[in-house]
Amino acid sequence: MSKNTELTCIVCPLGCKLSVLQGEDDSIIEISGHSCKRGLSYAQTECINPERVITTTVRIRGGQMPLVSVKTDKPIPKTLMMKCMKIINRIEVMVPVKVGDTILENILETGANLVATGNAT
Amino acid sequence: MREADLVVIGGGPAGMAAAVEAARNGVEKVIILERDHTLGGILPQCIHNGFGLHLFGEELTGPEYADRFIKQVEELNIDVKLNTMVLDITQSRIVTAVNSQDGLIKIKAGAIVLAMGCRERTRGALNIPGTRPSGIYTAGTAQRLVNIEGYMPGKKVVILGSGDIGLIMARRMTLEGAQVKMVCELMPYPGGLNRNIVQCLKDFDIPLRLGHTVVNIHGKARLEGVTIAKVDEKGKAIADTHEFVECDTLLLSVGLIPENEISRDASITIDDVTAGPFVNESAETSVPGIFACGNVVYVHDLVDNVTNNGYIAGRNAARYLKERAGDTVKANANILQVRPGQGVRCVIPQLVHGNCPEDVTLSFRVDGIYRDVMIEAKADNQVIKSVKKRITTPGEMESITLSREMLQSIESGKIEVCLSSLERKGD
Repeated sequence: MSKNTELTCIVCPLGCKLSVLQGEDDSIIEISGHSCKRGLSYAQTECINPERVITTTVRIRGGQMPLVSVKTDKPIPKTLMMKCMKIINRIEVMVPVKVGDTILENILETGANLVATGNAT
Repeated sequence: MREADLVVIGGGPAGMAAAVEAARNGVEKVIILERDHTLGGILPQCIHNGFGLHLFGEELTGPEYADRFIKQVEELNIDVKLNTMVLDITQSRIVTAVNSQDGLIKIKAGAIVLAMGCRERTRGALNIPGTRPSGIYTAGTAQRLVNIEGYMPGKKVVILGSGDIGLIMARRMTLEGAQVKMVCELMPYPGGLNRNIVQCLKDFDIPLRLGHTVVNIHGKARLEGVTIAKVDEKGKAIADTHEFVECDTLLLSVGLIPENEISRDASITIDDVTAGPFVNESAETSVPGIFACGNVVYVHDLVDNVTNNGYIAGRNAARYLKERAGDTVKANANILQVRPGQGVRCVIPQLVHGNCPEDVTLSFRVDGIYRDVMIEAKADNQVIKSVKKRITTPGEMESITLSREMLQSIESGKIEVCLSSLERKGD
């Protein structure tokens, strides 16, 4: 059975309402509602493999402040976001931490590393 | 009394950009006065990404964006005084500040850049009726608690206002395990960017209730719930649409106000519409030698634009100090007043010198959602520049750039920025 997904395009402020028709094997049959090429490719990525960068914090030990900010250095599958948060919230690192330091490699086998976005001393 | 060439008040993105640009333009003694314990302003708590796309061509998080400028401030040996609160400035450019190490300090400045940023509107500014329990925060305060201090403000959350900070906090609280029940927005359209509506609300199935507001607050010691209601086209709550929503936390994301107490005390002229100082194309206020940039002038959408505005202030402060070239521009000045016309709420800068040496970009905010319109700059009863827009919304600043040749030829002393062939969508 085919399925229809409604999306709001985020490429520009127009915010076109996109409609994506997918077949049983998730292959895209038809995309409508877009008004440019960028909108078309947004609809494709968003339906076949939606990904997000996670930005959050991890606990630090020995610092002036209790947290340091982190991000995944690549987008990860959207469906893994909450699972990643569970892992990240168990991490604790020692100071010092600098912007760009790797905190955790290859989180959930996604190929993305968790890196510090802030400094902690 | 100490002396400095340039005193920058506020060490956020605007202040850092102004200080860095002034130093690069040859100003020797630059001091940044910052009330927090670190430079960066609001950026360290904005841990989400999307900053710097225009300036650096990459998506940085707030702390990373701040870090790039903090490094430049260090490399240029700019003097930074942290934990320092400015109490007062005078028209003769004497800055009085206080901190726990130096006590009361007075600095005689050659020039001053105001970069104090803005402050969130609170429950008091909205006059929401009801009890006064704990659990009601501005979105930015909650952001600081979660991202810097390491506290969760609550578990069941209602957010009032769909500005970007509110949307970002809806996602942040959800990722950290809270249940965000809904975001209410008084207007019939969302205040924040589409991207944030999709990635902060739709990703987590958080409902957005457009045309709704909070009309009552319940609970004695701790918030127990809020009453929400639909509003009519005038923004008034409709009586029989009341609905109780159980929650222990209410976050307010209902607008920002430029923080201009010390500007007012120094009798710097303030624009009633923007709540910031009147500025000219050099970012100079009504008081010569005192410049203003970033969110203290008007609330920007993007930090990249704040930084660029800071560069303008820093560059012109340097020019003022070195050559007094600002004065020669002014001496022969054909001063043009810039005014908002149809469909436009406010325009920055409010004054332009007709003989200024550079092209001038006018930034403005529209008063509703418009599709397929022309943005026009008019002077001497004719259109001198026009730009076509497919859509323009109050949530995103627009701009139009006028060349120095265009400015030189204006005789009537006025420029109007307006929209034409209006087709208003929605309200």
